[in-house]
Amino acid sequence: MRRLTLRTVALGYLALILLGPLSIVFWRAFEHGFGPAWSAVTTPEAIHAFRLTIEIAAIAVPANTIFGVLCALLIVRHPFPGKGLLNALVDLPLALSPVVVGFSLFLLYGRTGWFGSWLSKHGVQVLFAMPSMILATAFVSIPFVVREVVPVLREIGTDQEQAAETLGASQWQVFRRVTFPAIRWAVAYGVVLTTARSLGEYGAVSVVSGRLGGQTETATLYVSDRYENFDIVGAYSASVVLALMAIVVLLTMNLLRPKEGVH
Amino acid sequence: MSPFSGLTLGVVVSYLSLVVALPLAALVWQSTKSGSTGFWQSLTSPEAVSALELTLLASLAVALVNAVAGTVIAWVLVRDEFPGKGVVNALIDLPFALPTIVAGLTMLALYGPRSPVGIDVAYTRSAIVLALLFVTLPFVVRTVQPVLQELDHELEEAAESLGASNWQTFSRIVFPNLLPGILSGVALAFAKAVGEFGSIVIITGNIPFKTEVSSVYIFGQIESGNTSGAAAASVVLLAISFGVLLLIGALRFWATRHHA
Repeated sequence: MRRLTLRTVALGYLALILLGPLSIVFWRAFEHGFGPAWSAVTTPEAIHAFRLTIEIAAIAVPANTIFGVLCALLIVRHPFPGKGLLNALVDLPLALSPVVVGFSLFLLYGRTGWFGSWLSKHGVQVLFAMPSMILATAFVSIPFVVREVVPVLREIGTDQEQAAETLGASQWQVFRRVTFPAIRWAVAYGVVLTTARSLGEYGAVSVVSGRLGGQTETATLYVSDRYENFDIVGAYSASVVLALMAIVVLLTMNLLRPKEGVH
Repeated sequence: MSPFSGLTLGVVVSYLSLVVALPLAALVWQSTKSGSTGFWQSLTSPEAVSALELTLLASLAVALVNAVAGTVIAWVLVRDEFPGKGVVNALIDLPFALPTIVAGLTMLALYGPRSPVGIDVAYTRSAIVLALLFVTLPFVVRTVQPVLQELDHELEEAAESLGASNWQTFSRIVFPNLLPGILSGVALAFAKAVGEFGSIVIITGNIPFKTEVSSVYIFGQIESGNTSGAAAASVVLLAISFGVLLLIGALRFWATRHHA
């Protein structure tokens, strides 16, 4: 009886907060049939927005993956002074408002910013262009690979790595043959989380991009632009595409989760 | 330190500086430019104060609801069996995977002017709480779930066989073990709620003194060119984020000492 009550409460809450809103988006998008929804997401502007989102992720995610693996190795295997600060900075994007992230980049690369004045003198456009959008996306998605890899590195210990070293393996060989195979599922899981966060970024990119339609407008910015222009079908159809991408991410997360190794 | 780890350290520190540390330094620098009086004036402007109050209040409410709902959901996912449990478990992460702007639109579709269930909370403070509950859902569930999974059943059985009631078993055995997990999940949810932007910006209408939260206030100040106002409010949010992370670090330390 108690069990049934708890189940009802839990599932009721989820229906109210999660499932209801999600299913309604699909309904709103296809309210007038499949045709209008399809033509809304295949306009040149929509396609450009989705392509831009993917291009940004294609740079930010690999960069954060390499950084994440190196950073985790450093934290677990090579303690150094200042480790606490490094840890705090890596975790910060989990707790910091994306608007503040975007604004910080805006200040650094703006006309009067430390880098902005020098860069504009040399004709490099960072703000309101791809570079700042990539930096913003990299900032908000920096923690995930590190956070997934650190516990696994701790768990596997150093016995095998030391054995390989004693047998004459170089440091690169040790990493490639011993360490990496042990952490690859954690890396993969981290990459999925990083990708999800990159594709969905809105606040930070909104500040640094200038939101120039057809130029610096990502998929999420496109959604809000359509909504602000009272193009409800356009906004909800693009949302459905993003929601489908999110569902693909969820499925991948669930495929990878049992292999995390820790459990 | 070997050459390999020396190089690693160089790469890691440079990348982190470029992406995270330098922008934040620029922000802090900007906030000091107007001097302490200027900073204080920006900080205490009525609109900024009202936005911060609303942000903290709504985030606190959301954190408390999550403490209860998240624990119940984690409990049901670990201890209960029902058809479709795998799907429900997978769906918990949806708010993480779904772009926040889409989350905002979904809330508007269900709880806005054209609500099919007749609940219209658009442009009210309830809308903020609803949107925040959506985006913060995974935190408590995902921190409590693994602890519950590893919790030894025998302890509870021992308590029950010694005559403890259901409630006593929960409050004396289960709850103390879950507490560090619940608290760090709640802290993360709180931090996320304080900074949330995308899911709120549509459904609240951003009415100053009524539904304008700090992140939206900052966005408005940037757009209208009030850099020092935006910087002051941003530094406050940055300090809150650091504070919450410190708290979570302390909780983790406490939890591991508990086990040892």
